[in-house]
Amino acid sequence: MGERLLSYKEMPIGGVIVNPGNSLEYKTGDWKVLIPKINQDTCIRCRICWYVCPDNAIKELDREYITNKGRKYKISYDVDADFCKGCGMCAQECPVKAIEMVPVEVE
Amino acid sequence: MQAIESKRARPLNTNHAIANAVKDLDVDVISAYPITPQTTVVEKISEFVAKGELEAEFIHVESEHSALSAAISSSVTGARTFTATASQGLALMHEILHIASGLRAPLVMSVAMRSLSAPISIWNDQGDLFNARDAGWIILFAHTAQEAYDSVIQAYKFVEDERVLLPAIIAYDGYLMSHTIEPVVTEGREKVIKFAPKRHYPYRLDPQKPVTIGPIAPPEYYYEIKYQQVKAINGSLPIIEEVDKDFEKEFGRGYGIMECYMCEGANSLIMTNASYAASLKAFLPEFREQGLKVGLLRLRLYRPFPLKKFVEYTSDIKNLLVVDRAISYGAPYQGPLANEVAGAKVKEGLGFNIISVVAGIGQRRMDREDFYALARMAHEGGRHEETVFYGVRE
Repeated sequence: MGERLLSYKEMPIGGVIVNPGNSLEYKTGDWKVLIPKINQDTCIRCRICWYVCPDNAIKELDREYITNKGRKYKISYDVDADFCKGCGMCAQECPVKAIEMVPVEVE
Repeated sequence: MQAIESKRARPLNTNHAIANAVKDLDVDVISAYPITPQTTVVEKISEFVAKGELEAEFIHVESEHSALSAAISSSVTGARTFTATASQGLALMHEILHIASGLRAPLVMSVAMRSLSAPISIWNDQGDLFNARDAGWIILFAHTAQEAYDSVIQAYKFVEDERVLLPAIIAYDGYLMSHTIEPVVTEGREKVIKFAPKRHYPYRLDPQKPVTIGPIAPPEYYYEIKYQQVKAINGSLPIIEEVDKDFEKEFGRGYGIMECYMCEGANSLIMTNASYAASLKAFLPEFREQGLKVGLLRLRLYRPFPLKKFVEYTSDIKNLLVVDRAISYGAPYQGPLANEVAGAKVKEGLGFNIISVVAGIGQRRMDREDFYALARMAHEGGRHEETVFYGVRE
C-alpha cells in the first residue's frame, strides 16, 4: 500500500497485462482475520495441510527441526502470510491438531 | 439521393451490399450465426468463401453469444474480423457486447434492425439496437444500401486506427433495407484495401511478446480502464469524420456524421435515421411545396453522439420532432432518442420544442400520408407533453 497507482493514460488499454507473471505481485491474503499457527513440536510432517491449502500458502521448508521429545525432522512447515486467506482448512484437517487459527495482528 | 453512376452500379439489397464490402475488405475471419433478417449477409459471405472469392475462415457457431465471443478472440489475435446479427441475436450477444468494447477489439458488426420478442415479431423496428446503445460500441446508421457498403469500409479504417480501437456497429432497417434492392457501386478489393489497409490490434497474441488479454481488474484498476473507453469513444468522433472525408476524396461519396436535408428555410426538423430518412428525402420536396416548412435531421453517427453538429443544426429551429422506433418503457419520454435530445437541449441551452413520436413499432406500416402527418405535426408545433404513439389503435 502507499505506492502510486497508474493513471488511465499510463495503463495499457483494455486491461491487457503486458508484463507476464505479475500476478505474483498481487497479494491475495490481505483480508484474513485468522492465520494458522503451526506447532512444530506436535506436527508429524504428514503434509496434509500442504495438500489441502487452496492457496498454496503452506510452505514446506528444508529446515531441520528437533522436537521437544527429541525427534529430528528434515523439514518444517510455515505459512505464507501474503497469500493465506485464513480459511482454516489446514487447521480443520490436521490429524494431530498441531494448527491453531489465531487472530491476525493488525498494525 | 446521392447520384449513382448508373453504369457502374449493381442491383443489391443492403444485406448483399454489406457482404460485398466484407469481400472487398479482405476480411480474415467471419464468425456468425444466421438470424432473420440478417441471414442473407452471412449466406452471401459463406458463398464468397466457398467459391474462393474471399480467402477467410468462416466459423459456424451455435449461437450469437458464441459468434461474438469467437469474433473478439479472432480480432485480438490480429485478424480482420466481421460478424452480423439482428434482434434476438443482438440481445443474446448483450454481455459479450460489453466485453468487445472493454477489450477494445477492433471488429465490425452489421445489424439488420428488428423488433424484440415477446410477442415474436420478425419485422423491423429498432428495439434491438437501442437496447445495445450503452455497450460502448461506435454506432452508425446507414440509410441506403450504398451507404451501408461504404460505411463498413469506413468502419474498418477507423476501428483499426490506434487512436480508436473500439468495435463498431453498422445498423440499417431489417426488410425495409435488408431485403430491398437498390443500385450500389462496389469498388473492388484493390481500391478498398488501398483505402483501408489492415492494421492489427497492437497487443495481438505473439509468443515473443506474451500478454494476458481479459484478466480481472480489482477496484484499484477497473475504473481507469472504463474511463479509457470514455476517452476513446469521445475521441473517435473527429477520426470518424476524417475517415468519411478521406473516403469522399477517394470514392466521391461522403456522408458527414449528421445530415441536415432541406434545412434551408425550415423552421422545424424531423429527426430520424435509416430507411425513414430515405423515405423523407423522397417526400420532403413535395411536402415543402405544400407549405410545410420542415427539414430532415438525419442521424448517421449515433455513438459517439455528434453533439456539436446537432447544436449547429438545431440552434435556430422552433420544433424538433424526434421519431423513435424503439420504446423506453417508463422513461420520461418513451422514445430513447427523444430523451437524449431533451438532455442535449438542456446541456446546450437550446430553445426548440421537442415532439417525441414513437412510430413503426413491429414494422407498423408508414406510408407517404403518415410521413405527411408527422411533417404536419412538426410544422404546426405546439406543446406535446407526452410521447405520441403514432398509429396505435386506441
